[in-house]
Amino acid sequence: MSPAARRRLVLALPWAWMAVFFLVPFGIVLSIAFAEPSEGLPPYAPLLRWSGEATAVLQLNLANFQLLLEDPYYLDAYLRSLRVAAISATLCLLVGYPMALAIARAPAHRRNLLLMLVVLPFWTSFLLRVTAWIGILQDQGWLNGLLLALGLIAEPIPLLYTDAAMYIGITYCYLPFMVLPLYATLSKLDPSLLEAAEDLGARPWRAFLQVTLPLSLPGIVAGFLLVFIPAVGEFVIPELLGGPSAQLIGRVLWTEFFQNRDWPLASALAIVLLAALVAPIALFQWRAGR
Amino acid sequence: MSQAAKPGTAEPWRDPAAEPFLRIEKVTKRFGDFVALDEVSLSIYRGELFALLGGSGSGKSTLLRCLAGFLEPDAGRIVLDGQDMAGVAPYARPVNMMFQSYALFPHMTVAQNIGFGLKQEGAARAIIRDRVAEMLALVKMEGFGDRKPSALSGGQRARVALARALARRPKLLLLDEPLSALDKNLRESTQFELINIQERTGTTFVIVTHDQEEAMTMATRLAVMDRGTLAQVGTPSEVYEFPNSRFTAEFLGTANILEGVVEGVEAEGVRIGSSELDFDILAEPAPSKPLGSRVFVALRPERMRIERVEPGSALGDNRLVGRVRDIGYYGDYFLYYVVLEHGKEVRVSQPNLRRRTERPVDWEDTVAVTWDRQASMVLPE
Repeated sequence: MSPAARRRLVLALPWAWMAVFFLVPFGIVLSIAFAEPSEGLPPYAPLLRWSGEATAVLQLNLANFQLLLEDPYYLDAYLRSLRVAAISATLCLLVGYPMALAIARAPAHRRNLLLMLVVLPFWTSFLLRVTAWIGILQDQGWLNGLLLALGLIAEPIPLLYTDAAMYIGITYCYLPFMVLPLYATLSKLDPSLLEAAEDLGARPWRAFLQVTLPLSLPGIVAGFLLVFIPAVGEFVIPELLGGPSAQLIGRVLWTEFFQNRDWPLASALAIVLLAALVAPIALFQWRAGR
Repeated sequence: MSQAAKPGTAEPWRDPAAEPFLRIEKVTKRFGDFVALDEVSLSIYRGELFALLGGSGSGKSTLLRCLAGFLEPDAGRIVLDGQDMAGVAPYARPVNMMFQSYALFPHMTVAQNIGFGLKQEGAARAIIRDRVAEMLALVKMEGFGDRKPSALSGGQRARVALARALARRPKLLLLDEPLSALDKNLRESTQFELINIQERTGTTFVIVTHDQEEAMTMATRLAVMDRGTLAQVGTPSEVYEFPNSRFTAEFLGTANILEGVVEGVEAEGVRIGSSELDFDILAEPAPSKPLGSRVFVALRPERMRIERVEPGSALGDNRLVGRVRDIGYYGDYFLYYVVLEHGKEVRVSQPNLRRRTERPVDWEDTVAVTWDRQASMVLPE
């Protein structure tokens, strides 16, 4: 086998993986999005219909997309989800950056331990961890108990089922996705650059702003996207910790799929969400690549 | 070609009344149990280009980092131009450094790199622009201001690093192995340029290097460092011609070390009986070496002559007989490895004066190695 053929064979495996587990499902969802809802199983009409002897009719139904644009309910959910994701990613950045910096500056023999601690929560079930926050945040929970015991508050503050609880949960769960890429960038930073800045008269804070921060920008962008993208569609955390009014796109999707059984509309929702996320990222990648 | 050899050059270190510009007084620095600097004292004068020369672990870089302020000495004082540097942060010191890796900011242009220090001082934009242009001209990099460091060659990066370090007009410029990343030809030409720039700006330079050639060529004076102490301080020629110990003799240049006992002081010099072989070493009058004392004599390979002799030829005063084990061809000179009777090896170099195919001395030849009494360096140690 020639080296070129061997190369193609090796590359065929990831390509096949991507095709089977990403492209094909995406195609199915896309086709459902253009279908008519119907009673039965599956709950949508096929796109291709045989009419007469040998002619197939392809019927695309754009009504789902039209509805998404016209009904402010969906647009609100989108915007709300984007805002929640942006705030969560920002919170992760504010918490994660000092963590990543501290790990990157820690003595070499301690770094691996600290990194392990960052990913340690992944070793327990995600659902369990989110549920644990209920125990911490509820009125008779640990946090209110502690504040009461310290005499800081007279009666429990309602934390659970608020936006605050949702943000705490999302920030907590997604923090490793922020810390790891940030650490990767910061640990590669040549420490002599910071020394040079200080040597040239920059106080530590200014040296951070002028050298460390701009040079860690790739890590910031990577971490932000890694938190932002899954947070947009996050369903479990707002459902378990957030308030009942929070109509996020994740819940809307769930409702359309499982309660209303409107698969075409739910698929259209997912496609629009994907397009809304992919377009700016592709633009960013293209600009960064130039 | 060291600066000290130039006629008319001031040599303030010879003047006991001269006030040192930089005083390092009994500076000690420990890392755990390891003593990196052991009570180092050194005076450096205004306008000097002083080289700290030593192997890895000698403490030269630690001393430089103490001067820059990245390290605080455990004991001792550093006084620069009358100002005690204790507790003065790196950003507050009138000292700048050219880093070994150059440490140019990759996200800034050449001009932004050079102007960085002035920007921290809050200098006006026009002033920064003028100074950057001046610095670019100084290092012959006009027209490169808008480039990013990644678009520069190694030599150009070195120039930018130098310009950046000089832009704030530091009282003291520290250079950490500044040319070690450059190839040989570029290194040599850049060395002379550095000296030129140092003379034009009048800035006091302290340069750390492990490259003895670099130290010899550039420095007004140099200090050879060994395990956290200064083994010897002097002009390059002083240290090369009058090494004070086996360490400096062997560290700076190459030296054959012979061992002997002082047998007599004659009119023309000292007679030292070799304790290894049956021959005598003659040397010029040595400073107070009593009769019978054991001494080491260092001999530079280039100060010795080599000639073919009949096997069984006798040893004599300043005359060794041995067998050529190996010949190193360096282009400009040959280096002969001569094995003596009892197995000791001496190195003798001969300039390659003529193009020829036949060497006067070949492998396995029996040779006599001779030298003048002036070439015998009796080590004070």
